[in-house]
Amino acid sequence: MDNTVASAKTQDQPWAGGVKPLKASYGKMMMWFFIVSDALTFSGFLAAYGFSRFKFIDYWPIADEVFTHIPFFHGNYPMIYVAFMTFVLIMSSVTMVLAVDAGHQMKKSKVTWYLFFTIIGGLVFVGSQAWEWKTFIQGDYGAVQTKGGNILQFGEYVSKDGEQVFKRVALRDIAVVQHKDRVQHKRKNGLWFVGESSLPSYNVSEVIAGVQANENVLVRTQELNDEGKKIVLSRLESLRMLKDNGKAVVEGANLKVNEYGSPLFADFFFFITGFHGFHVFSGVLINIIIFFNVILGTYEKRRSYEMVEKVGLYWHFVDLVWVFVFTFFYLV
Amino acid sequence: MADHAHKLEIFRGLVKFKSNIQKIWGVLLFLTIITLIEVVLGIYKPSILETPLMTPFEGGFFATIGNIIFSGLIYMKPLNLIFILLTIVKAYYITWDFMHMRDETSGLRKMVVWTAVFLICYLIFILLQEGGYIEGVYTNGYIKRDF
Repeated sequence: MDNTVASAKTQDQPWAGGVKPLKASYGKMMMWFFIVSDALTFSGFLAAYGFSRFKFIDYWPIADEVFTHIPFFHGNYPMIYVAFMTFVLIMSSVTMVLAVDAGHQMKKSKVTWYLFFTIIGGLVFVGSQAWEWKTFIQGDYGAVQTKGGNILQFGEYVSKDGEQVFKRVALRDIAVVQHKDRVQHKRKNGLWFVGESSLPSYNVSEVIAGVQANENVLVRTQELNDEGKKIVLSRLESLRMLKDNGKAVVEGANLKVNEYGSPLFADFFFFITGFHGFHVFSGVLINIIIFFNVILGTYEKRRSYEMVEKVGLYWHFVDLVWVFVFTFFYLV
Repeated sequence: MADHAHKLEIFRGLVKFKSNIQKIWGVLLFLTIITLIEVVLGIYKPSILETPLMTPFEGGFFATIGNIIFSGLIYMKPLNLIFILLTIVKAYYITWDFMHMRDETSGLRKMVVWTAVFLICYLIFILLQEGGYIEGVYTNGYIKRDF
Protein backbone atom coordinates (compact mmCIF):
# COMPACT_ATOMS: atom_id res chain seq x y z
CA MET A 1 0.00 0.00 0.00
CA ASP A 2 2.77 2.36 -0.84
CA ASN A 3 0.41 4.92 -2.28
CA THR A 4 -1.63 5.34 0.89
CA VAL A 5 1.18 5.68 3.40
CA ALA A 6 3.01 8.97 3.35
CA SER A 7 6.52 7.68 3.55
CA ALA A 8 8.66 10.72 3.05
CA LYS A 9 12.31 10.95 3.94
CA THR A 10 11.77 9.47 7.38
CA GLN A 11 12.98 5.94 6.70
CA ASP A 12 16.31 6.41 8.43
CA GLN A 13 14.75 7.86 11.58
CA PRO A 14 13.07 5.03 13.45
CA TRP A 15 10.89 7.22 15.67
CA ALA A 16 9.79 9.67 13.02
CA GLY A 17 6.87 7.50 11.95
CA GLY A 18 5.99 5.73 8.75
CA VAL A 19 8.17 2.74 9.64
CA LYS A 20 6.67 -0.73 9.17
CA PRO A 21 8.83 -3.18 11.13
CA LEU A 22 6.52 -6.11 10.27
CA LYS A 23 6.28 -5.11 6.61
CA ALA A 24 2.54 -5.63 6.77
CA SER A 25 -0.19 -3.03 6.47
CA TYR A 26 -2.32 -2.10 9.43
CA GLY A 27 -5.38 -3.92 8.03
CA LYS A 28 -3.58 -7.16 7.40
CA MET A 29 -1.95 -7.16 10.81
CA MET A 30 -5.28 -6.53 12.53
CA MET A 31 -6.82 -9.37 10.53
CA TRP A 32 -4.09 -11.63 11.87
CA PHE A 33 -4.73 -10.50 15.44
CA PHE A 34 -8.46 -11.00 15.01
CA ILE A 35 -7.71 -14.51 13.77
CA VAL A 36 -5.61 -15.21 16.87
CA SER A 37 -8.46 -14.18 19.14
CA ASP A 38 -11.00 -16.12 17.12
CA ALA A 39 -8.71 -19.16 17.19
CA LEU A 40 -8.69 -18.89 20.98
CA THR A 41 -12.50 -18.76 21.02
CA PHE A 42 -12.73 -21.92 18.95
CA SER A 43 -10.07 -23.66 21.04
CA GLY A 44 -12.08 -22.75 24.10
CA PHE A 45 -15.11 -24.51 22.61
CA LEU A 46 -13.17 -27.54 21.45
CA ALA A 47 -11.34 -27.85 24.75
CA ALA A 48 -14.70 -27.61 26.56
CA TYR A 49 -15.90 -30.42 24.30
CA GLY A 50 -12.82 -32.38 25.37
CA PHE A 51 -13.56 -31.59 29.00
CA SER A 52 -17.09 -33.00 28.74
CA ARG A 53 -15.89 -35.98 26.80
CA PHE A 54 -13.19 -36.77 29.36
CA LYS A 55 -15.84 -36.48 32.05
CA PHE A 56 -17.89 -39.20 30.34
CA ILE A 57 -15.03 -40.95 28.62
CA ASP A 58 -16.64 -44.40 28.89
CA TYR A 59 -20.08 -43.21 27.85
CA TRP A 60 -19.43 -41.04 24.82
CA PRO A 61 -21.21 -41.73 21.49
CA ILE A 62 -19.13 -43.21 18.66
CA ALA A 63 -19.09 -40.65 15.84
CA ASP A 64 -18.94 -43.33 13.16
CA GLU A 65 -22.35 -44.57 14.25
CA VAL A 66 -23.87 -41.11 14.41
CA PHE A 67 -22.96 -39.59 11.06
CA THR A 68 -23.55 -42.35 8.54
CA HIS A 69 -25.71 -40.79 5.85
CA ILE A 70 -25.17 -39.50 2.35
CA PRO A 71 -27.87 -37.57 0.48
CA PHE A 72 -29.83 -39.65 -2.06
CA PHE A 73 -28.30 -42.93 -0.88
CA HIS A 74 -29.52 -45.43 1.66
CA GLY A 75 -27.21 -47.45 3.77
CA ASN A 76 -24.37 -47.04 6.17
CA TYR A 77 -21.52 -44.83 4.96
CA PRO A 78 -19.63 -43.31 7.87
CA MET A 79 -17.22 -40.44 7.17
CA ILE A 80 -17.82 -40.18 3.43
CA TYR A 81 -20.07 -37.14 3.46
CA VAL A 82 -18.03 -35.19 5.96
CA ALA A 83 -14.89 -35.99 3.97
CA PHE A 84 -16.64 -34.50 0.96
CA MET A 85 -17.47 -31.38 2.98
CA THR A 86 -13.85 -31.07 4.09
CA PHE A 87 -12.68 -31.36 0.51
CA VAL A 88 -15.16 -28.70 -0.65
CA LEU A 89 -13.86 -26.29 1.95
CA ILE A 90 -10.20 -26.97 1.15
CA MET A 91 -10.99 -26.57 -2.54
CA SER A 92 -12.66 -23.20 -1.92
CA SER A 93 -9.58 -22.23 0.07
CA VAL A 94 -7.50 -23.03 -3.00
CA THR A 95 -9.64 -20.88 -5.29
CA MET A 96 -9.34 -18.11 -2.72
CA VAL A 97 -5.57 -18.27 -2.65
CA LEU A 98 -5.58 -18.31 -6.46
CA ALA A 99 -7.73 -15.16 -6.37
CA VAL A 100 -5.20 -13.52 -4.05
CA ASP A 101 -2.39 -14.53 -6.39
CA ALA A 102 -4.26 -13.13 -9.41
CA GLY A 103 -4.80 -9.95 -7.40
CA HIS A 104 -1.05 -9.55 -6.92
CA GLN A 105 -0.73 -9.68 -10.68
CA MET A 106 -3.61 -7.19 -11.06
CA LYS A 107 -5.66 -9.52 -13.24
CA LYS A 108 -9.20 -8.40 -12.62
CA SER A 109 -11.14 -11.05 -14.54
CA LYS A 110 -9.20 -13.90 -12.95
CA VAL A 111 -9.82 -12.51 -9.45
CA THR A 112 -13.52 -12.25 -10.28
CA TRP A 113 -13.81 -15.85 -11.43
CA TYR A 114 -11.80 -17.34 -8.57
CA LEU A 115 -13.83 -15.36 -6.02
CA PHE A 116 -17.00 -16.60 -7.69
CA PHE A 117 -15.89 -20.24 -7.29
CA THR A 118 -14.94 -19.55 -3.68
CA ILE A 119 -18.43 -18.25 -2.95
CA ILE A 120 -19.99 -21.30 -4.61
CA GLY A 121 -17.78 -23.60 -2.52
CA GLY A 122 -18.80 -21.79 0.65
CA LEU A 123 -22.48 -22.10 -0.21
CA VAL A 124 -22.12 -25.82 -0.95
CA PHE A 125 -20.45 -26.27 2.42
CA VAL A 126 -23.12 -24.37 4.37
CA GLY A 127 -25.83 -26.32 2.53
CA SER A 128 -24.14 -29.61 3.38
CA GLN A 129 -23.93 -28.62 6.98
CA ALA A 130 -27.63 -27.76 7.04
CA TRP A 131 -28.38 -31.21 5.64
CA GLU A 132 -26.11 -32.81 8.23
CA TRP A 133 -27.99 -30.98 10.98
CA LYS A 134 -31.35 -32.04 9.57
CA THR A 135 -30.31 -35.69 9.52
CA PHE A 136 -28.93 -35.46 13.03
CA ILE A 137 -32.06 -33.76 14.39
CA GLN A 138 -34.39 -36.26 12.71
CA GLY A 139 -32.52 -39.21 14.10
CA ASP A 140 -32.28 -42.71 12.89
CA TYR A 141 -33.35 -45.61 15.08
CA GLY A 142 -34.85 -43.97 18.14
CA ALA A 143 -34.01 -44.87 21.74
CA VAL A 144 -35.39 -44.94 25.26
CA GLN A 145 -34.12 -42.61 27.95
CA THR A 146 -33.79 -43.91 31.50
CA LYS A 147 -34.61 -42.14 34.72
CA GLY A 148 -30.92 -41.33 35.12
CA GLY A 149 -30.80 -39.69 31.71
CA ASN A 150 -28.92 -42.54 30.00
CA ILE A 151 -29.88 -43.83 26.58
CA LEU A 152 -30.93 -47.40 25.79
CA GLN A 153 -30.67 -48.39 22.15
CA PHE A 154 -32.01 -51.52 20.49
CA GLY A 155 -30.60 -54.10 18.15
CA GLU A 156 -30.09 -57.77 17.50
CA TYR A 157 -27.23 -60.07 16.66
CA VAL A 158 -27.12 -61.17 13.05
CA SER A 159 -24.46 -63.29 11.39
CA LYS A 160 -22.52 -61.50 8.71
CA ASP A 161 -19.65 -63.30 6.96
CA GLY A 162 -19.75 -65.99 9.67
CA GLU A 163 -19.42 -63.42 12.44
CA GLN A 164 -22.00 -62.30 14.96
CA VAL A 165 -22.56 -58.59 14.43
CA PHE A 166 -24.81 -56.34 16.48
CA LYS A 167 -27.25 -54.65 14.13
CA ARG A 168 -29.35 -51.72 15.27
CA VAL A 169 -33.13 -52.03 15.14
CA ALA A 170 -35.37 -49.01 14.71
CA LEU A 171 -38.25 -48.40 17.09
CA ARG A 172 -40.69 -48.16 14.17
CA ASP A 173 -39.86 -51.77 13.26
CA ILE A 174 -40.53 -53.28 16.66
CA ALA A 175 -42.93 -51.07 18.60
CA VAL A 176 -46.41 -52.51 19.12
CA VAL A 177 -48.95 -49.74 18.71
CA GLN A 178 -51.42 -49.54 21.53
CA HIS A 179 -54.31 -47.33 22.40
CA LYS A 180 -53.07 -43.97 23.67
CA ASP A 181 -54.80 -41.35 25.77
CA ARG A 182 -51.94 -38.92 25.83
CA VAL A 183 -52.15 -36.27 23.13
CA GLN A 184 -49.95 -33.32 22.37
CA HIS A 185 -50.86 -30.37 24.52
CA LYS A 186 -51.52 -27.46 22.22
CA ARG A 187 -51.86 -23.84 23.18
CA LYS A 188 -55.39 -23.63 21.83
CA ASN A 189 -56.61 -26.24 24.35
CA GLY A 190 -55.64 -24.51 27.56
CA LEU A 191 -53.63 -21.58 28.69
CA TRP A 192 -52.55 -19.77 25.57
CA PHE A 193 -48.94 -19.60 26.71
CA VAL A 194 -48.56 -23.28 27.66
CA GLY A 195 -47.75 -25.72 24.92
CA GLU A 196 -45.34 -28.54 24.15
CA SER A 197 -43.41 -29.86 21.19
CA SER A 198 -44.74 -32.84 19.24
CA LEU A 199 -44.77 -36.17 21.07
CA PRO A 200 -42.55 -39.10 20.05
CA SER A 201 -44.26 -41.58 17.74
CA TYR A 202 -44.36 -44.25 20.46
CA ASN A 203 -44.45 -44.33 24.22
CA VAL A 204 -42.36 -46.47 26.54
CA SER A 205 -44.96 -49.17 27.07
CA GLU A 206 -45.31 -49.66 23.32
CA VAL A 207 -41.55 -50.12 23.07
CA ILE A 208 -41.56 -52.59 25.99
CA ALA A 209 -44.34 -54.55 24.30
CA GLY A 210 -42.33 -54.50 21.09
CA VAL A 211 -39.17 -55.80 22.74
CA GLN A 212 -41.20 -58.55 24.43
CA ALA A 213 -42.74 -59.55 21.11
CA ASN A 214 -39.39 -59.68 19.26
CA GLU A 215 -37.30 -62.31 21.00
CA ASN A 216 -33.97 -61.41 19.46
CA VAL A 217 -34.01 -57.75 20.36
CA LEU A 218 -31.51 -56.66 23.00
CA VAL A 219 -30.74 -53.40 24.76
CA ARG A 220 -27.44 -51.68 24.13
CA THR A 221 -26.26 -49.26 26.81
CA GLN A 222 -24.12 -46.16 26.48
CA GLU A 223 -21.22 -47.71 28.35
CA LEU A 224 -18.11 -48.69 26.41
CA ASN A 225 -16.19 -51.88 27.15
CA ASP A 226 -12.41 -52.29 26.98
CA GLU A 227 -12.48 -52.69 23.21
CA GLY A 228 -14.33 -49.41 22.78
CA LYS A 229 -17.62 -51.11 21.89
CA LYS A 230 -20.95 -50.33 23.52
CA ILE A 231 -22.04 -52.94 26.08
CA VAL A 232 -25.03 -55.05 25.02
CA LEU A 233 -27.21 -56.48 27.78
CA SER A 234 -28.55 -60.02 27.87
CA ARG A 235 -32.19 -60.61 27.00
CA LEU A 236 -33.21 -60.88 30.67
CA GLU A 237 -31.28 -57.79 31.70
CA SER A 238 -32.56 -55.90 28.68
CA LEU A 239 -36.19 -56.37 29.63
CA ARG A 240 -35.55 -55.62 33.27
CA MET A 241 -33.60 -52.46 32.50
CA LEU A 242 -36.30 -51.27 30.15
CA LYS A 243 -39.18 -51.95 32.53
CA ASP A 244 -37.50 -50.61 35.66
CA ASN A 245 -35.78 -47.56 34.27
CA GLY A 246 -37.30 -46.66 30.89
CA LYS A 247 -38.84 -43.23 31.13
CA ALA A 248 -39.19 -41.56 27.75
CA VAL A 249 -38.86 -42.34 24.08
CA VAL A 250 -36.29 -40.22 22.27
CA GLU A 251 -36.25 -39.74 18.53
CA GLY A 252 -33.44 -37.69 17.05
CA ALA A 253 -31.47 -35.07 18.86
CA ASN A 254 -32.02 -31.60 20.22
CA LEU A 255 -30.53 -29.54 23.01
CA LYS A 256 -32.31 -31.54 25.72
CA VAL A 257 -32.20 -35.16 24.58
CA ASN A 258 -30.13 -37.11 22.12
CA GLU A 259 -30.91 -40.61 20.88
CA TYR A 260 -27.24 -41.26 20.11
CA GLY A 261 -26.09 -40.92 23.72
CA SER A 262 -25.11 -38.10 26.01
CA PRO A 263 -27.10 -34.87 25.39
CA LEU A 264 -23.80 -33.00 25.79
CA PHE A 265 -22.63 -34.52 22.53
CA ALA A 266 -25.58 -32.97 20.69
CA ASP A 267 -25.18 -29.66 22.53
CA PHE A 268 -21.54 -29.33 21.54
CA PHE A 269 -22.23 -30.53 18.03
CA PHE A 270 -24.88 -27.87 17.52
CA PHE A 271 -22.84 -25.19 19.20
CA ILE A 272 -19.45 -25.76 17.61
CA THR A 273 -20.55 -26.68 14.08
CA GLY A 274 -23.17 -23.95 14.34
CA PHE A 275 -20.60 -21.36 15.33
CA HIS A 276 -18.32 -22.54 12.57
CA GLY A 277 -21.19 -22.57 10.06
CA PHE A 278 -21.98 -19.00 11.07
CA HIS A 279 -18.37 -18.09 10.33
CA VAL A 280 -18.66 -19.70 6.91
CA PHE A 281 -21.92 -17.88 6.29
CA SER A 282 -20.47 -14.48 7.21
CA GLY A 283 -17.38 -15.35 5.17
CA VAL A 284 -19.60 -15.94 2.15
CA LEU A 285 -21.31 -12.58 2.73
CA ILE A 286 -17.97 -10.77 2.96
CA ASN A 287 -16.76 -12.59 -0.14
CA ILE A 288 -19.87 -11.46 -2.01
CA ILE A 289 -19.25 -7.83 -1.03
CA ILE A 290 -15.63 -8.08 -2.14
CA PHE A 291 -16.74 -9.85 -5.33
CA PHE A 292 -18.91 -6.88 -6.30
CA ASN A 293 -16.14 -4.46 -5.38
CA VAL A 294 -13.82 -6.33 -7.71
CA ILE A 295 -16.37 -6.20 -10.52
CA LEU A 296 -16.93 -2.49 -9.96
CA GLY A 297 -13.20 -1.94 -10.20
CA THR A 298 -12.70 -0.54 -6.70
CA TYR A 299 -9.38 -2.32 -6.23
CA GLU A 300 -8.31 -1.57 -9.78
CA LYS A 301 -8.64 2.12 -8.90
CA ARG A 302 -6.72 1.61 -5.66
CA ARG A 303 -4.06 -0.20 -7.69
CA SER A 304 -3.98 -2.87 -4.96
CA TYR A 305 -6.00 -5.99 -4.32
CA GLU A 306 -4.97 -6.18 -0.68
CA MET A 307 -8.58 -6.31 0.45
CA VAL A 308 -8.94 -9.67 -1.32
CA GLU A 309 -5.90 -10.86 0.60
CA LYS A 310 -7.34 -9.79 3.95
CA VAL A 311 -10.68 -11.44 3.30
CA GLY A 312 -8.74 -14.44 2.05
CA LEU A 313 -7.00 -14.70 5.42
CA TYR A 314 -10.39 -14.91 7.12
CA TRP A 315 -11.60 -17.50 4.64
CA HIS A 316 -8.54 -19.71 5.14
CA PHE A 317 -9.00 -19.41 8.87
CA VAL A 318 -12.52 -20.80 8.55
CA ASP A 319 -11.03 -23.74 6.64
CA LEU A 320 -8.37 -24.15 9.32
CA VAL A 321 -10.99 -24.35 12.06
CA TRP A 322 -12.94 -26.94 10.10
CA VAL A 323 -9.83 -29.14 9.92
CA PHE A 324 -9.85 -29.25 13.72
CA VAL A 325 -13.61 -29.68 14.06
CA PHE A 326 -13.40 -32.56 11.59
CA THR A 327 -10.72 -34.27 13.65
CA PHE A 328 -12.29 -33.83 17.05
CA PHE A 329 -15.92 -34.50 16.13
CA TYR A 330 -15.62 -37.16 13.48
CA LEU A 331 -12.26 -38.90 13.79
CA VAL A 332 -10.94 -39.03 17.33
CA MET B 1 2.75 -5.05 -5.09
CA ALA B 2 5.29 -5.98 -7.67
CA ASP B 3 7.87 -6.71 -5.00
CA HIS B 4 5.74 -9.49 -3.52
CA ALA B 5 8.05 -12.46 -3.66
CA HIS B 6 6.90 -15.86 -2.46
CA LYS B 7 9.05 -18.54 -0.95
CA LEU B 8 8.46 -21.50 -3.19
CA GLU B 9 9.98 -24.33 -1.19
CA ILE B 10 8.08 -26.76 1.01
CA PHE B 11 9.32 -29.67 3.14
CA ARG B 12 12.44 -27.65 4.03
CA GLY B 13 13.50 -27.32 0.43
CA LEU B 14 12.83 -30.93 -0.57
CA VAL B 15 10.17 -29.83 -3.02
CA LYS B 16 10.66 -26.61 -4.93
CA PHE B 17 7.98 -25.12 -7.15
CA LYS B 18 8.46 -22.91 -10.18
CA SER B 19 5.62 -20.48 -9.45
CA ASN B 20 3.24 -19.58 -6.68
CA ILE B 21 0.30 -21.10 -8.56
CA GLN B 22 2.15 -24.37 -8.93
CA LYS B 23 2.88 -24.34 -5.22
CA ILE B 24 -0.81 -23.85 -4.40
CA TRP B 25 -1.78 -26.94 -6.40
CA GLY B 26 1.08 -28.90 -4.88
CA VAL B 27 -0.05 -28.05 -1.37
CA LEU B 28 -3.64 -28.94 -2.31
CA LEU B 29 -2.45 -32.36 -3.47
CA PHE B 30 -0.58 -32.86 -0.21
CA LEU B 31 -3.58 -31.80 1.92
CA THR B 32 -5.89 -34.06 -0.09
CA ILE B 33 -3.60 -37.05 0.44
CA ILE B 34 -3.53 -36.39 4.19
CA THR B 35 -7.32 -36.07 4.32
CA LEU B 36 -7.66 -39.34 2.39
CA ILE B 37 -5.34 -41.12 4.84
CA GLU B 38 -7.45 -39.78 7.72
CA VAL B 39 -10.72 -40.88 6.13
CA VAL B 40 -9.46 -44.38 5.28
CA LEU B 41 -8.06 -44.84 8.80
CA GLY B 42 -11.31 -43.46 10.23
CA ILE B 43 -13.45 -45.92 8.29
CA TYR B 44 -11.35 -49.07 8.74
CA LYS B 45 -9.85 -48.34 12.18
CA PRO B 46 -7.08 -50.99 12.09
CA SER B 47 -7.19 -52.94 15.35
CA ILE B 48 -3.39 -52.74 15.82
CA LEU B 49 -3.77 -49.00 16.27
CA GLU B 50 -6.51 -49.30 18.89
CA THR B 51 -4.38 -50.10 21.95
CA PRO B 52 -1.84 -47.69 23.44
CA LEU B 53 1.80 -48.38 22.60
CA MET B 54 3.11 -48.08 26.15
CA THR B 55 1.86 -48.98 29.61
CA PRO B 56 2.13 -46.32 32.33
CA PHE B 57 5.31 -46.22 34.42
CA GLU B 58 4.84 -47.26 38.01
CA GLY B 59 6.74 -45.79 40.90
CA GLY B 60 7.46 -42.41 42.30
CA PHE B 61 8.20 -38.96 41.03
CA PHE B 62 10.15 -39.93 37.90
CA ALA B 63 7.46 -42.36 36.83
CA THR B 64 4.95 -39.50 36.98
CA ILE B 65 7.26 -37.27 34.97
CA GLY B 66 7.67 -40.08 32.44
CA ASN B 67 3.93 -40.53 32.21
CA ILE B 68 3.52 -36.84 31.49
CA ILE B 69 6.26 -36.77 28.85
CA PHE B 70 4.98 -39.87 27.08
CA SER B 71 1.32 -39.18 27.80
CA GLY B 72 0.48 -39.21 24.08
CA LEU B 73 1.77 -42.76 23.78
CA ILE B 74 0.54 -44.06 27.14
CA TYR B 75 -2.97 -42.72 27.44
CA MET B 76 -3.94 -42.29 23.81
CA LYS B 77 -4.76 -44.80 21.11
CA PRO B 78 -2.09 -44.59 18.37
CA LEU B 79 -4.93 -43.99 15.91
CA ASN B 80 -6.04 -40.83 17.70
CA LEU B 81 -2.44 -39.68 18.01
CA ILE B 82 -2.02 -40.10 14.24
CA PHE B 83 -5.22 -38.13 13.60
CA ILE B 84 -4.08 -35.25 15.79
CA LEU B 85 -0.59 -35.15 14.29
CA LEU B 86 -1.98 -35.19 10.74
CA THR B 87 -4.37 -32.39 11.69
CA ILE B 88 -1.50 -30.26 12.94
CA VAL B 89 0.43 -30.95 9.74
CA LYS B 90 -2.60 -29.83 7.72
CA ALA B 91 -3.00 -26.72 9.87
CA TYR B 92 0.68 -25.90 9.31
CA TYR B 93 0.43 -26.03 5.53
CA ILE B 94 -2.86 -24.08 5.44
CA THR B 95 -1.34 -21.34 7.57
CA TRP B 96 2.10 -21.29 5.97
CA ASP B 97 1.16 -21.59 2.30
CA PHE B 98 -2.48 -20.59 1.89
CA MET B 99 -2.32 -17.76 4.41
CA HIS B 100 1.24 -16.92 3.30
CA MET B 101 2.68 -17.04 6.79
CA ARG B 102 5.87 -18.29 5.14
CA ASP B 103 6.28 -14.90 3.45
CA GLU B 104 5.64 -12.73 6.51
CA THR B 105 8.41 -11.33 8.69
CA SER B 106 9.50 -13.59 11.50
CA GLY B 107 8.27 -10.99 14.01
CA LEU B 108 4.68 -11.16 12.81
CA ARG B 109 4.90 -14.95 12.53
CA LYS B 110 6.06 -15.34 16.11
CA MET B 111 3.49 -12.88 17.45
CA VAL B 112 0.65 -14.85 15.94
CA VAL B 113 1.85 -18.43 16.23
CA TRP B 114 3.59 -18.44 19.61
CA THR B 115 0.77 -16.58 21.35
CA ALA B 116 -1.90 -18.88 19.94
CA VAL B 117 0.06 -22.10 20.50
CA PHE B 118 0.98 -21.23 24.06
CA LEU B 119 -2.52 -20.20 25.12
CA ILE B 120 -4.20 -23.11 23.36
CA CYS B 121 -1.85 -25.65 24.97
CA TYR B 122 -2.54 -24.08 28.35
CA LEU B 123 -6.30 -24.21 27.80
CA ILE B 124 -6.25 -27.81 26.63
CA PHE B 125 -4.10 -28.92 29.54
CA ILE B 126 -6.28 -27.24 32.17
CA LEU B 127 -9.61 -28.43 30.81
CA LEU B 128 -8.62 -32.00 30.00
CA GLN B 129 -6.88 -32.43 33.34
CA GLU B 130 -10.00 -31.25 35.12
CA GLY B 131 -12.28 -33.41 32.97
CA GLY B 132 -10.17 -36.47 33.78
CA TYR B 133 -10.31 -35.65 37.48
CA ILE B 134 -14.11 -35.39 37.45
CA GLU B 135 -14.33 -38.67 35.57
CA GLY B 136 -12.30 -40.24 38.37
CA VAL B 137 -14.68 -38.84 40.97
CA TYR B 138 -17.67 -40.25 39.08
CA THR B 139 -16.09 -43.66 38.60
CA ASN B 140 -14.33 -44.18 41.93
CA GLY B 141 -16.53 -42.08 44.15
CA TYR B 142 -20.01 -42.80 45.30
CA ILE B 143 -21.92 -41.25 42.45
CA LYS B 144 -24.42 -43.52 40.77
CA ARG B 145 -25.04 -42.71 37.17
CA ASP B 146 -26.49 -45.83 35.63
CA PHE B 147 -30.11 -46.03 36.70
